[in-house]
Amino acid sequence: MTDHSSTEQVVPAGASVSLERLVRSYGSVRALNGFDLSIAPGEFIALLGPSGCGKTTALRVLAGFESPDSGRVVVDGKDLSNVSAQKRDMGMVFQSYSLFPNMNALNNVAFGLRMRKQSAQSRKRKAAELLDLVGLSDQAVKFPHQMSGGQQQRVALARALAIEPRVLLLDEPLSALDAKVRAELRDQIRSLQKRLAITTVFVTHDQEEALSMADRVCVMSKGRIEQTASPAELYARPTTAFVAQFVGISSRVPVTRSGESVEVFGRHVPVRSGDPEAAAGAIDALLRPEEVSVEVDPQSPSFVTAKNFLGATTRLTVQVGEIPVLVDVRSDLAGDIELGTRVRPSVLARDVLVAPRLVVGASSI
Amino acid sequence: MASIGFGAGDPIIVPVSEAPEDDVAYETPHVSSRRRRVRWWRVVVLTLSAAYFFIPLFAGLKFALQGLNGHFSFDAITSLPSAPGFSEAFWLSIRLAAATLAISAILTVPTTIYVHLRLPRMRRIMEFVTVLPIVIPPILIIVGVLDAAPLWLRASPYLLSLEYAVLAMPFVYRSLDAGLSAIDLKTLVEASRSLGGNWLKTMWRVVLPNLRTALLSAMMLTLALVLGEYTMASLDLWNTIPVWIVQFQNAANGHIQVAAAMLGLVGTWLLITLVVSLDRSGSRRSRRRTGKL
Repeated sequence: MTDHSSTEQVVPAGASVSLERLVRSYGSVRALNGFDLSIAPGEFIALLGPSGCGKTTALRVLAGFESPDSGRVVVDGKDLSNVSAQKRDMGMVFQSYSLFPNMNALNNVAFGLRMRKQSAQSRKRKAAELLDLVGLSDQAVKFPHQMSGGQQQRVALARALAIEPRVLLLDEPLSALDAKVRAELRDQIRSLQKRLAITTVFVTHDQEEALSMADRVCVMSKGRIEQTASPAELYARPTTAFVAQFVGISSRVPVTRSGESVEVFGRHVPVRSGDPEAAAGAIDALLRPEEVSVEVDPQSPSFVTAKNFLGATTRLTVQVGEIPVLVDVRSDLAGDIELGTRVRPSVLARDVLVAPRLVVGASSI
Repeated sequence: MASIGFGAGDPIIVPVSEAPEDDVAYETPHVSSRRRRVRWWRVVVLTLSAAYFFIPLFAGLKFALQGLNGHFSFDAITSLPSAPGFSEAFWLSIRLAAATLAISAILTVPTTIYVHLRLPRMRRIMEFVTVLPIVIPPILIIVGVLDAAPLWLRASPYLLSLEYAVLAMPFVYRSLDAGLSAIDLKTLVEASRSLGGNWLKTMWRVVLPNLRTALLSAMMLTLALVLGEYTMASLDLWNTIPVWIVQFQNAANGHIQVAAAMLGLVGTWLLITLVVSLDRSGSRRSRRRTGKL
């Protein structure tokens, strides 16, 4: 790859983005239900959630492809709610390969510049620079059907960056790629985003992608934000049961509450502030596999029902009463534990998240 | 073997007795003879189809190239241009074809694109509506139109072009529908718009170039329809090529009419070949234009 300094100079720093109380309905379905999000200049934010949670709608409203029923889209302090997509200066990479089939890679990248009436020489130079930036300068003459999926998405990325967008929008750009190419492109996108300091909104349903790439992850459900936090905080300190279960793995353990603590496996553990609905009534504690430990105890009623080797750790499924609880143990310490081994679970977490009980009638432990 | 999780990753071991063997093992005499039979039938079907299409053409060509005495002669073809009314009929047909292509393109292309882009649920209704010109006899359409159309339009041959655009709609719509279904129209349009392209530029630079084959197909079908339509032109009293052929038949010599019909067929075929060749060479040229922006 050649020197990128020229490209770095022409691409400006990202813009600040504010999505304010967005509401968007399709018939009786509310895709966005009072969606609020502020993004700092140069920040990489991932919208994460299951299918139908409204993350793509939010991105499309930001891009200008959808109009919100109410709410505002503000970029760098300017209300863009009524500005058409072509005038928003936002580069977008789509899930499906969106290269223009009638143009080669170079012309695809230069398309946005042509729409901006730049001279042919300038277009060619800039498009070649961008192709070089994504490592595809040798593919300039290729047509989309002559390129692999990964190459097409990299050209699409170069095309989106060529117009020097104020915001880069990525709509599940990796989901159609195989695992190896996905990992490579993930690193490349993140590296480019950091180098160009461009405000980026990345939509994905893959938590691994979101956690590994984004500065902040916004977990969505039913058109609303459940939690917005850094990947580490989101994993370690989920504030809602949905986040705890959608991001990473959690076991739900029925518990009884006494004041500000709950009793889990015979130990009183403080309750983490979270779901207000869990203030009273039957509740579950949500425990990450690494927040639970086990000790071999032939007298214990709990026993191991599954054992999965994951490399450095081994994941055990321990049957505690009627509840299966996942426990991660160091693999070098898991040698003595076999299926059926009686173990006594205990909680390592300093506090736990609680949520209204999912299965009513399950026995407390 | 007892499984400890990771069931999906375990290798699937197929017992040796159930494992598929070499393909040759399945090549039983029964299957081989069946394959031979299938191939034999293919040849028969192909031959019959070819005979069905080419024998009438050959017969027509043979008749057109016969003189009055039954010997080989180009007289029928060479006398065509000077035949009374032929030139007028030929140029009228060409003008009507051009006008029909323009009307079809202006009406059907934007409509089909709009339906695909904004009203995908309307596609079924569109399919039904566009089939109507095939279901309704042309004679009903032209009689109704002649009754309803204003005088100035009835006096113009281009009323036929409006009618032909309706007649061609099933073919044009289906060609475009197939072409649009083959591309991710919504994504391409949104990609273009996000890059700053307005609707006109998006259509001109992104959508239409990717519909080239479908547009050519629609054009060819329209052309073939216009150059061969008789009922409407006859009832509207315009002397197009098909009408001229029928009217000229009342004269003694049938060789000239057949020569005209064969010429029309060959002409249409040459035109289609020319358009397809231009399209292919255009595609090749655009692929070679690597550095040009």
